[in-house]
Amino acid sequence: MGGQLTITQLEKKANDIRQDIIRMLVEAGSGHSAGPLGLADVLTALYFNIMNIDPSKPEWPERDVFFLSNGHCVPVQYAAMAERGYFPVSELQTLRKLGSRLQGHPERTKLPGLENTSGPLGSGLSQAAGYAYSLQYLDNAKHRFVYAITGDGELDEGNIWEAAMFAGKYKLSQLIVFVDRNNIQIDGSTDDVMPLEDLRGKWESFGWHVQEIDGHNIESVIDAASMARAISNKPSVVITHTIPGKGVDFMEYDYKWHGMPPNTEQAKVALKKLRTLDGKITSGDLA
Amino acid sequence: MHYPLNPDIHNDDVQQEPIRAGFGRGLKAAGEADTNVVALCADLTDSTQMHLFKAAFPERFIEMGVAEQNLVTVASGLARAGKVPFTSSYAAFSPGRNWEQIRTTIALNDMPVKVIGSHAGVSVGPDGATHQMLEDIALMRALPNMIVLAPGDSIEAEKATRAIAENGKPSYMRLAREKTPIFSTTESPFEIGKAYVLREGHDVSLLGTGTMTYQMLVAAELLEAKGISAQVVHVPTIKPLDEETILASVRKTGRAVTAEEAQITGGFGAAITELLSEKLPMPVYRVGMRDRFGESGAPNELLHHFGLDGAAIAATTKEFIERMPRYHQ
Repeated sequence: MGGQLTITQLEKKANDIRQDIIRMLVEAGSGHSAGPLGLADVLTALYFNIMNIDPSKPEWPERDVFFLSNGHCVPVQYAAMAERGYFPVSELQTLRKLGSRLQGHPERTKLPGLENTSGPLGSGLSQAAGYAYSLQYLDNAKHRFVYAITGDGELDEGNIWEAAMFAGKYKLSQLIVFVDRNNIQIDGSTDDVMPLEDLRGKWESFGWHVQEIDGHNIESVIDAASMARAISNKPSVVITHTIPGKGVDFMEYDYKWHGMPPNTEQAKVALKKLRTLDGKITSGDLA
Repeated sequence: MHYPLNPDIHNDDVQQEPIRAGFGRGLKAAGEADTNVVALCADLTDSTQMHLFKAAFPERFIEMGVAEQNLVTVASGLARAGKVPFTSSYAAFSPGRNWEQIRTTIALNDMPVKVIGSHAGVSVGPDGATHQMLEDIALMRALPNMIVLAPGDSIEAEKATRAIAENGKPSYMRLAREKTPIFSTTESPFEIGKAYVLREGHDVSLLGTGTMTYQMLVAAELLEAKGISAQVVHVPTIKPLDEETILASVRKTGRAVTAEEAQITGGFGAAITELLSEKLPMPVYRVGMRDRFGESGAPNELLHHFGLDGAAIAATTKEFIERMPRYHQ
């Protein structure tokens, strides 16, 4: 599945997803802006190129699976799933509303295509590792892969490092994790709240293969996933540098947009900016 | 329904075995019946009795190290991949330490993970209060989707283990460390959601769960010598409660005493009072830990110290009956 879109088309798709996110959040009146916008390029690469999936058969037994560990970023996953055809794009407008399948944080039992329920941080990586363990040791399914995304603030959680040690011990080579390295969390910069460096060294010491990429260069994301799939004796982590709020200049780099939606006026400005940038989001944006 | 009791139940030399031993046998049997059954342990394989499964199915046993948060969340991922994961640790650590992970990734996520909390209750003994888990019933029965079991002896634990392997639901089972007298037989019935009348009586209902059911049988015998006829009901499924059996008993006797090796706050007795206050308001006395922690000591010494053995329950029940009039419908 996937792989048909050119890089330029994927960049266009990521822009559509960013616009979806703005529309969803302003309609919902609450939710997280910065993380989802920052992850739009990674999710586009995953859902439209990297993962072997079939939106018409969310429980297809041969599928690759995706675990969102930082559940608060789920608007970008919903948008990517809708654009990919799991459900109508119009349903995105139900985000966070009573009776919606699109809960404020992802719930597997509500929406076909979700693999897990997350929100409280630190647990999605373990769920992904459990699935990867099954593929590698119990199912002999070498051709399937488990992709996961964690936040960087999320790495403060002890549960993450329990999972990292576990995946390292069992050399879960079908597990590929993108760490959204956007340097912000609720109380400020990750450096101020709880420094994470030497982040590469931490993962390496836990037995992981580490790559570091520009998370807004879709080609880099695709290449990193390809490289990670080729590593057959270690789990892979891709430290993915992103700009929080990417694509909406007044949100970029500002931790205050972590848990805040745009108001109607801000959304108009944001959508206009995204439309003007249409087709121009390229690599090299990382300062 | 006739419940075959161990005929030696009131002998001094009644057979005894740790309830957890039955879990170990049941897990191995469940592994034989279903190749999707996998076992995960947090560095307590022998004491939680997973070693039988590990020896039989080493390829389906996963050593997790001392990492209880990862224990249950990896299990959630395995369940998503179609497995039936059993996790074991001491109840003080799982669900004691990892309750939120269980809540989000197993209960809300509705994954058929089996959380086994061994060494629950004060009868853990000399290890003391840190290891004597008393709050697990309250923690786990508050979770939607969660089945909560406390089998009464090792034979029943074996059956309960087989049953949760097949129920397709998030499930919690609490086990005890010490040898517990065996009151059931291999022919005794066990079904999730069922309670069983072990002894007929008409003056009071003695509702026991886990290790306390044997003590209830002892108490009933002592009460009979004092002219009090106690009906003993064994309630191995704390959630969902067998409302029909429990209400029928209390309707007949007019009052109830509950017993659990756990905090009465939010625990098994609390579940019974919730049921009765809504459907059949009757006086209830809850035997258990009354808003305090345990302490080090020999297991039987501790049971007596905290009023949890048969003699203490009989005395408490007699006093309760004398103090509390029977409420007839």
